[in-house]
Amino acid sequence: MDLEPIAGPGELLEVSMGPHHPSTHGVFRMDVRLDGERVVRLKPVFGYLHRNHEKIAEKGAYLAAIPYTDRLDYLCSMTNNWGYVLAVEKLAGIQVPERAEYIRVIVAELTRFQNHAGLVGFLLQDMGASGTPLMYAFREREKVLDLFESLSGARMMCNYMRFGGVRVDCSAEWLDEVRQLVGVLPRFLDEFENLLRANEILMARTQGTGVLPRELAINAGVTGPMLRASGVNYDIRKVDKYGIYDRFKFGVPLGEHGDVYDRYMMRILEMRESVKILEQALRDIPAGPVIDPKVRLRGLRPKVGEAYGRIESPKGELGFFLISDGSGNPYRYRVRPPCMINLTILEDMCLGENIADTVIILGSVDIVLGEVDR
Amino acid sequence: MISPGAVDQVFVTLKDWIVFHTPAPLQTLVSIVIEVATIIVVFAALFALATVFERKGLGRMQNRYGPNRVGPFGVFQPIADAVKSLTKEDVVPRAADHVVHYLAPLVLVGVVFLTYAVLPVGRNMTAVNLDAGVLYFFAVGAATELAIFMAGWSSHNKYSLLGAMRAIAQMVSYEIPLILSSVAVIMIAGTLSTVKIVELQARYSNGLAHWYVFTPWGLAGFILFMIAATAETNRSPFDLPEGESEIISGYFIEYSGFKFALFFLAEYLEMFAVSGLGITLFLGGWSSPVSFLAWIPSWLWFFGKLLALLFAFIWVRGTVPRLRMDQLMNFAWKFMLPMTLVTILSAGIWHFLTVAVVGPKPLGGVIRWLVCALVIFVPYITLARVLERGRRIEKRVYRFAE
Repeated sequence: MDLEPIAGPGELLEVSMGPHHPSTHGVFRMDVRLDGERVVRLKPVFGYLHRNHEKIAEKGAYLAAIPYTDRLDYLCSMTNNWGYVLAVEKLAGIQVPERAEYIRVIVAELTRFQNHAGLVGFLLQDMGASGTPLMYAFREREKVLDLFESLSGARMMCNYMRFGGVRVDCSAEWLDEVRQLVGVLPRFLDEFENLLRANEILMARTQGTGVLPRELAINAGVTGPMLRASGVNYDIRKVDKYGIYDRFKFGVPLGEHGDVYDRYMMRILEMRESVKILEQALRDIPAGPVIDPKVRLRGLRPKVGEAYGRIESPKGELGFFLISDGSGNPYRYRVRPPCMINLTILEDMCLGENIADTVIILGSVDIVLGEVDR
Repeated sequence: MISPGAVDQVFVTLKDWIVFHTPAPLQTLVSIVIEVATIIVVFAALFALATVFERKGLGRMQNRYGPNRVGPFGVFQPIADAVKSLTKEDVVPRAADHVVHYLAPLVLVGVVFLTYAVLPVGRNMTAVNLDAGVLYFFAVGAATELAIFMAGWSSHNKYSLLGAMRAIAQMVSYEIPLILSSVAVIMIAGTLSTVKIVELQARYSNGLAHWYVFTPWGLAGFILFMIAATAETNRSPFDLPEGESEIISGYFIEYSGFKFALFFLAEYLEMFAVSGLGITLFLGGWSSPVSFLAWIPSWLWFFGKLLALLFAFIWVRGTVPRLRMDQLMNFAWKFMLPMTLVTILSAGIWHFLTVAVVGPKPLGGVIRWLVCALVIFVPYITLARVLERGRRIEKRVYRFAE
């Protein structure tokens, strides 16, 4: 086998980062051209994890797609479920009982919390912080996963929501456990911020790195904390007020610079806002049924039509587009994945930066390859 | 009753006894072999201990246990690791330069072991008492860069090449503050011999040792020395040549099995060696800080200090993120270098502020201390201000939309 010489004098060095690089968060590849350590070209390559998600969902009944949505963004199965069932509920005009709406908000905000905690830990790990912040974050994430396990039977692939409500009711003990956890989460956030918020190295590495200008972010369709870090006030919980989000008081943190530090801080601040929502939801949750008994889960045949259900997943706007031809399975099933769309502008953020920075820029995008490739 | 002095000198006495009982023509050879074997065995054992120590320490900082399966508290983990690395396949990339690829870890370990020749690990316990000991240490220690570049280049891997490039740039840059921060000690001590430097620090007045770290220039020098040593040994936060999350593991990415273990060994040995030199230059080598603890054997003091510094390395590794290449270089040339020059200036002033100038002790001593501290502190503040001006790093306040 002949290998080309590495690089002659003055030539560019082409490095293929991934698909088995420790910092690409899965099977993702970046074709990077380097001038010394500076990035002059970067091509994101994905598709290694493609598994025909949309076609499989079109072949099965409406109910059968719910477990598949768990596998999209496998860190946030609860919000994936919600996005899908919201689309089906719009399509078939199904009402959701009050208590189910509250449970949905509770599990969604817990999901947001554990996703952001894990992301921040991984981002610092990418920055070289040798696992300490990651393990701190994972300690809290474990507590949330334990709650999911006792609620749904699974830690990550929860398969919990159904159109018309949720699969099983939560017990009063479970709600007490959530209350206890929510009570201690602010302490974790304080501890975490004390650890690294004002760290000199962290600020020097992230401030001014990987800037995403406001206009570019809007044009590229970037959503979620990344978009808000660039200063655009766009949170679907506020815009659509889906579910019962209009009943809670919470703020949407906005950045100004759109750099990695802003994206990092967006996650930290959103975790605090999630705790606020959780406190309100746990205070107000009513008794009652958790699923509309008239909904035909198995043999659902919506009328001919189309619907787009979207939610604010922890990573951005997660949308499901469904077209019904009146049969038992969707004619067209399409996912609008926040990760993949946020990833498309990776090169714009990385050009001219150091190779070490591409890793943290990628980390700050917050991708899960299960959703990018589907 | 065994006197403390006998315990202190037990290893020296043992060696003398063995050498005395060998035939005269072989005595020099036996003496050398004993010394070399002791260094290799003791520091390799310390390496084994340090790996467990580091993994346990990091584990505890990270809310986990660390290795605890092999033996009580996992202390036999290094044995398991050694067996594993010995039995693993030794993969050499087809495109690699086989000879250089093979030699690189050997050169690295060999060179690092050479530096131990001049480290005084106890009273009368120095392998070679060179007149130019410190110079020898730096001269030999600089050869590790060669071995690292050999490894990075011969692997024929882009990541390892990037790692080797980073390693050379970083180690050459930090060599300068490392050497310059020890110049102040050499100036005051008036000798390059490591043995003499320690002996000069092993004197006591009012029960307190004359360690150089107790002087303002020595304290600043020690801090600068340890920062440069961290960079020199590629430890976090200066572990860019390895940069696990960026360039996977840098220059030794293509090494497996025991060659990989040798790189690991060399990294730790380098850390011990440079910490040992720091102890020798600033922390009084094998001497005790206060005279009433002088009965503790000298080698215990040395290894105690070594473990303390090792813990500091581990602590830093468990706490901070990694720097970026340009920030690392800026730090070396814009901050470390001027500050080491300032410590040299301060040491010079210290030398000339004798009792005749500042008056008798204790007041004279205090004045001398304060003046020299001011000579370091004022440039430090000025430099920090100047460097701060070019950067735009601030704590930010965020607004919330309702």
